[in-house]
Amino acid sequence: MARIQIITIVINILFIAYISRLIIKGKLREEYAIVWCICTMVLILFSFWRKGLDVMSKLFGVFEPPNLVFTGFIFMILIYLLHLSVVSSKAQHSITKLTQELALLKEKMEKADKEKQAL
Amino acid sequence: MSKKLLIIIPCYNEEDSLPQVLEQLLQLQLPEGYDMEIAVVNDCSQDNTKTIAELYPIMVLDLLVNLGIGGAVQTGFLYAKDNGFDIAIQLDGDGQHPPEELLKLLTAHEKTGTNVVIGSRFLDEGGFKSSFARRIGIRYFHLLNKLFTGKNIYDSTSGFRLFDSLAIDLAAEKYPDEYPEPASLVLFSKAGLSIQEVPVMMSERLAGKSSIRNFASLYYCIKVTISMLFLFIRKPN
Repeated sequence: MARIQIITIVINILFIAYISRLIIKGKLREEYAIVWCICTMVLILFSFWRKGLDVMSKLFGVFEPPNLVFTGFIFMILIYLLHLSVVSSKAQHSITKLTQELALLKEKMEKADKEKQAL
Repeated sequence: MSKKLLIIIPCYNEEDSLPQVLEQLLQLQLPEGYDMEIAVVNDCSQDNTKTIAELYPIMVLDLLVNLGIGGAVQTGFLYAKDNGFDIAIQLDGDGQHPPEELLKLLTAHEKTGTNVVIGSRFLDEGGFKSSFARRIGIRYFHLLNKLFTGKNIYDSTSGFRLFDSLAIDLAAEKYPDEYPEPASLVLFSKAGLSIQEVPVMMSERLAGKSSIRNFASLYYCIKVTISMLFLFIRKPN
């Protein structure tokens, strides 16, 4: 096994351990962890299977195998960024709803308090 | 039975102009048959807007997070819907919209029964007209509105508006959040509500700046175009 393979495998294992730690500590929601786990799996697969990259490049008709890596990863990153935009839009929508509801409730409470004092 | 009327005043840092607007509003003589309630929506102002508003016998809806004009006005609509108001009138807190002009909106609504009445700067001579660049922008929105609503609306960015109960229900449900004025017209017209413009006098704002200026205006145009386009495409449900 080549040195670079061992290095990537070790890094991948550390990465997976860190993701697991984040999930266990409740700092990362499982749904967002899925994509990270899949990425790591792919990396591990290719660190064990050295010829894999050449095979895949031939399959897709890419002349330089590294180009396949860049294209593939940039595409995945774009998709993931889009996903994050969706997540943050959803969060913003929820914050709006909560803020509005809170303002209305506060007003209701104050009104009730005033009525109580008037009695 | 008298009709319940809610005045919604979205405020962000309006401590300088708000007192005058509120005093004029409270002195306003409404025609027979209306019960008026005033709601100031404080959109997380950094100044004393909230304390000043609380000095008056009005309701203050206090937002803990700055939601922008759309979210602030929508809070007013939600209140109007929950409490069964028949009519809501949106009026800016910066003194641009003279309170006595809202009678014109009311009269127009009474006469024609239109669901949404817009107070327009451009249908009448006199009063305050905006700058050249701003007029070009407003021209562009006129075109967009023509395209997406099929109606001739000249002052689609005007925030001086009257909504009847149908429009209130719709706006409480979904209202565009950031620059809602032109986009909401697509929403209303797709839902089959009628829209009408009436000429009103507007004055120069007493204090504060428009939320739309310089570079932001390009962003404004793009954002509104996108949001109108997608509101147009989206199916009403």
